[in-house]
Amino acid sequence: MRIEELRERVCAMYPDLCPLFSIEFGDGTIAVPRERIHAAAADLKDMGFDRLGMVTAVDRGDEFEVVYRLQSRRLAAGMFLKTAVPYSEPTVPTMCDLWPAANWQEREVYDLFGIIFEGHPDLRRILLPEDWVGHPLRKDYEDERIIRRPDYI
Amino acid sequence: MATEELTLNIGPSHPSTHGVCRLIVRLDGEIVTHVEPVIGHLHRGIEKMAENRTYLQVVPLTDRLDYVGSMYANWAYCRAVERLAGIRVPERAEYIRVIVCELQRIASHMMGIGSSASDTGATSAFLYAFVQREMVVDLFEALCGARLTYNYVRPGGVAFDLPDGWVEQCRAFVAQHPAAMLEIDEFFFGNAIARARLKGIGVLDAETAVAWGVSGPSARGSSVDWDLRRDDPYSVYPRFDFDVPLGSNGDCYDRARVRLWECIESCRIIEQALDQMEPGPIMADGLPRLLAPRPGDAYDHIESARGSLGVYLVSDGSARPYRMKVRSPAFCNLAVLPQIAVGHTLSDLLVILGSLDPVFGEVDR
Repeated sequence: MRIEELRERVCAMYPDLCPLFSIEFGDGTIAVPRERIHAAAADLKDMGFDRLGMVTAVDRGDEFEVVYRLQSRRLAAGMFLKTAVPYSEPTVPTMCDLWPAANWQEREVYDLFGIIFEGHPDLRRILLPEDWVGHPLRKDYEDERIIRRPDYI
Repeated sequence: MATEELTLNIGPSHPSTHGVCRLIVRLDGEIVTHVEPVIGHLHRGIEKMAENRTYLQVVPLTDRLDYVGSMYANWAYCRAVERLAGIRVPERAEYIRVIVCELQRIASHMMGIGSSASDTGATSAFLYAFVQREMVVDLFEALCGARLTYNYVRPGGVAFDLPDGWVEQCRAFVAQHPAAMLEIDEFFFGNAIARARLKGIGVLDAETAVAWGVSGPSARGSSVDWDLRRDDPYSVYPRFDFDVPLGSNGDCYDRARVRLWECIESCRIIEQALDQMEPGPIMADGLPRLLAPRPGDAYDHIESARGSLGVYLVSDGSARPYRMKVRSPAFCNLAVLPQIAVGHTLSDLLVILGSLDPVFGEVDR
């Protein structure tokens, strides 16, 4: 499905999500406040996004952005769902109740960013050892073993 | 008789875990009552390393993700970069990418079928599969000098054009491959012992597969009819005529056998691509020596041998990715293991793990 059609369909079904829909690099994005992220995800799941392709986060320097990639076989489409999470209180509701696929992926985001997924059944580190200190994908994480390569042009 | 539950640790370094994976298993007699995969032993922080390298320097890192299918990670990453930077790839390069990635699918599936075979004791089938894999690896060596980590697909195109005689060598491989697959189908999948060990084991129903984000042959074995090459077509795939093989029972047998039929379909695609391909440039014109895409974020995915492999890139306008995330199909597929392994015997657990065909370089990243 073309992205413009997808936007029209979202607007027809969920008028409140319509103004939050943007298109960049050929992909649709809905950015919602944290309080509405779970309800928005549930709406999009009802609409046909049966797959949670990816959960990840980006450290924007002043806040985290939690990014969900939704895929639909029936609509033959994919789109982003995003929400901003402040540094001071890095929590976001879990999506495990909608898509079990969120289970391991949210554990990974917790492990590498320190974002707490509220309601997650088993929120533990997954890639790093249990006793690891810090969350490496945060921009302020420091480790002498991180090498910054020169540009070599 | 009262029995005591036994907790057993398998791995992280154990030949039957197909890589560096630890399984904590609780057993009632020989029956698995609980299994927890413990991963991360191969975590190298590739996503963090990418933030400290230029866009071109990241390509060799992607080789080390799925190390039996490096071409896929190269391609998925390059597609995300091309989307961010607005690069148009020449047609010949797209054809070469399709050809090498379908060859890669065959090489990778030979590993998947071979491990299902060796897990069930059929070492001869494993060796027959590896003869075919070896031929593909020889083709790749002639193409780019490497047998495992190719660094071949680059943003804007591919690194080298096909060498002299390569097309003929490739055609010869594709001509003999389907017959070799039918032979394996007959003597392995038709074998009574293999059928007894694989049929009805580790049944994954279609609904669970979708909910847990399982993709690729592992999902298609459960009759989930979803293949990005056909359903979210990219590159030149719409120009080819091919089928998407599906299983019906979602057991280890169907998952392994779907891989076998996919190899035959890959041969069809390669033949069509070789016929359609025309001479031309293999790298986009006017690429800057140091790529610095405009700020924004982009996601692109391809159908790898393990499923939907996606790369999410965030650019801040500088010459290095601000954030790279790899949506790894092996990681997502492995998450479903505890759902399908409970109730089977310990020896079946390892067959089920092998039938999901995980590669731990990609699981742990």
